[in-house]
Amino acid sequence: MTLTKRMIACLDVHGGRVVKGVQFLNLKDAGDPADLAAAHSEAGADEIVLLDISATHENRSTLLETVRKTARRIFIPFTVGGGIRSLDQAADVFDAGGDKISINSAALADPALITCIAQRYGSQAVVLAIDAKRRTSGSGFEVWVSGGRTPTGRDAIEWAQEAEERGAGEILLTSMDRDGTGAGFDCELTRAAAQAVHIPVIASGGGGNTQTFVEVFREGQADAALAASIFHFGWQRLTDLKQELQAAGIPVRLPC
Amino acid sequence: MIAIVDYRAGNLTSVKKALDFLGADSLITSDPKDVARAQKVVLPGVGHFSVTRILDELGLQGAVESAIQRGKPFLGICVGMQWMFESSAEAPETRGLGLFTGQCERFPTQVKSPHVGWNTLRLRNFSRLLEDISPDSCVYFTHSYRAPIVDETVAECEYGGAFSAVVERDQLFGVQFHPEKSGPVGLKILENFCRL
Repeated sequence: MTLTKRMIACLDVHGGRVVKGVQFLNLKDAGDPADLAAAHSEAGADEIVLLDISATHENRSTLLETVRKTARRIFIPFTVGGGIRSLDQAADVFDAGGDKISINSAALADPALITCIAQRYGSQAVVLAIDAKRRTSGSGFEVWVSGGRTPTGRDAIEWAQEAEERGAGEILLTSMDRDGTGAGFDCELTRAAAQAVHIPVIASGGGGNTQTFVEVFREGQADAALAASIFHFGWQRLTDLKQELQAAGIPVRLPC
Repeated sequence: MIAIVDYRAGNLTSVKKALDFLGADSLITSDPKDVARAQKVVLPGVGHFSVTRILDELGLQGAVESAIQRGKPFLGICVGMQWMFESSAEAPETRGLGLFTGQCERFPTQVKSPHVGWNTLRLRNFSRLLEDISPDSCVYFTHSYRAPIVDETVAECEYGGAFSAVVERDQLFGVQFHPEKSGPVGLKILENFCRL
């Protein structure tokens, strides 16, 4: 009897549709967000993350409508991110049915935003998302923002620690080097963060076959793993994946 | 009608949404009169134990206590359950309802806190709320404080030691986890409450 490792299905949404790219590029249509969320939930996803990757001002109302429709269909935790820059925008997402918000660029620009939302809605409702990339020279991982377009010079692990101090409840850590490749999570990155903070770390980027998940939970010490394309396009059925993880000794929630 | 008590502590729509899905008539309300006329009362809760003080400020505490005294089924969720105990180390100056004995304490430092995710229920005693729930079912938790094991603990959970996951006595029910976020298992638990 133990806390299980969470398997999180991520929906990258652009203009009201789920899309998926490789290393943040070459977007393919993957379907309707609410339908996919319901299907993933049925298949055993422990949580749904919806990220609005367009996140422009015109798209806010489209996003909130998508959140509303999706929230109606699922009875598991639901996290929404992308373009949330203020307490008011976070409040809109919570009102639309999100349980947690995920913030990224806006938190880097204004770290007090983490505390501000956490004080109003609780730390459990604030997920700090970090897009990290291995530095080309030297060691360590650098934080990138604006959907992976802009380097910040900041160290990803230090930023995770600061976010925890400021009230973040979880860290969603994406390896940009591995995103969409299916080649395996960056376990070194995940482990460094998991050892540096006392809040759950969600590994993202690189999930592929069962072994990649076993590795990120064992070697990467992740509390949860997030993946998108491998679930949407049917490479890996969540139900089977969880069975295989359990057989490999990883505690997971199996549907009753 | 089931009154979902709104004390401005976060998002209650997910509880309402789950009750709607089950076809139960419910109402999110801050009006003591609605609580008084309800057949059942649900007190959800996320956030800080001290926000339960707002219940008193809104005149809701009296309405809730009166509903309990009249034997209406009452369900406290998360902080709503913790509030059924005497107090919490999170806000020692704020008094709970004292329906169950003991104080809620923080998780020990050797485990990550908050306790976030799906953990297993260990069933201890017969429970009407947990009728037809399999012994090793997983439910979704997210909390930094936990209630002690008491005589009325019908299910416990293990995380840095055992704590009360479900308490039950007569028409009083408290769950530390979020049934509205616990998939089919959580919906079944809410359905059991609706059927009381």
